[in-house]
Amino acid sequence: MDRIPVLTLGDVLLVSIQVDLEDQLALRLQEDLADRIVSTGAHGVIIDITGLDIVDSFVGRMLATIAAVSKVLDAETFVVGMRPAVAITLVELGLPLRGIRTALNVELGLAALRAARAAEYAEPEESDDDESVAT
Amino acid sequence: MINAEPTGETRRQGIGGDDDVVRVRQLVRAAAVATKLSLVDQTKLVTAASELARNTLIHGGGGYAEVIPVTNGRRNGILIVFVDDGPGIVDLDLAFTDGYTTAGGLGLGLSGARRLMDEFRVETTPGEGTTVSAVKWER
Ligand SMILES: Nc1ncnc2c1ncn2[C@@H]1O[C@H](COP(=O)(O)OP(=O)(O)OP(=O)(O)O)[C@@H](O)[C@H]1O
Ligand SMILES: [Mg+2]
Repeated sequence: MDRIPVLTLGDVLLVSIQVDLEDQLALRLQEDLADRIVSTGAHGVIIDITGLDIVDSFVGRMLATIAAVSKVLDAETFVVGMRPAVAITLVELGLPLRGIRTALNVELGLAALRAARAAEYAEPEESDDDESVAT
Repeated sequence: MINAEPTGETRRQGIGGDDDVVRVRQLVRAAAVATKLSLVDQTKLVTAASELARNTLIHGGGGYAEVIPVTNGRRNGILIVFVDDGPGIVDLDLAFTDGYTTAGGLGLGLSGARRLMDEFRVETTPGEGTTVSAVKWER
């Protein structure tokens, strides 16, 4: 395989990683996703790692970079399906998964994306209110 | 010195490219399953092997890995050995510091791998190369 497929689900991009990732493949996914966010105007990315039996520092960094890049492109990333043993190992490895939001599965990830999006739209109004109270 | 006697065949995998890092993981995973390590221990072992294999490739300029089923008389485990004839590590304490990197990484590979393994030993000579040996024992 030379590419990991990226599926479109409404305004969400869905990636399911099913293979033991070669480093080059991971880097390519990073670029593909950035392109697809821009070309589709997606507001959310879900990366399903149910199929990954390990996440090392390289893949961890890839996930963090995808999350950071999507954020800049106005899309929120959720990593879903992390196995318990992988979570335990990541913590012990010491990988800071800064900026990575997780959900248990794709369904919950989609719900969390919707909630995050709704909260984002609600926020500016709240801060307007705060200002008017302050003045 | 790591007290570990081989109980089975040594498997060797050359490390010369990205795809070899994947092959090392597969080899280590198969050995961990055969030795009946717990799922969490398998995951820790394969993750550590992945970090060390990448170091052999990137910092050591390539080399090879050996995967050996071992015992210490009480418990079975898996010994993984990574050998390169690259530049060596001049300051080992520094290399083990979380966040220290000479290659723009996160600097977590070496220190993280040591945390994930039960035994860990680095032999390195500047200008000659590095050998990292580590064992994961069954619980
Ligand atoms: N086999 C090796 N040969 C030479 N130097 C090494 C070797 N392994 C590690 N080092 C040195 O130790 C440093 C720390 O290694 P470590 O794996 O912790 O971090 P990294 O590889 O730089 O980044 P990361 O693994 O987080 O992507 C490296 O930057 C490198 O200078
Ligand atoms: Mg490393």
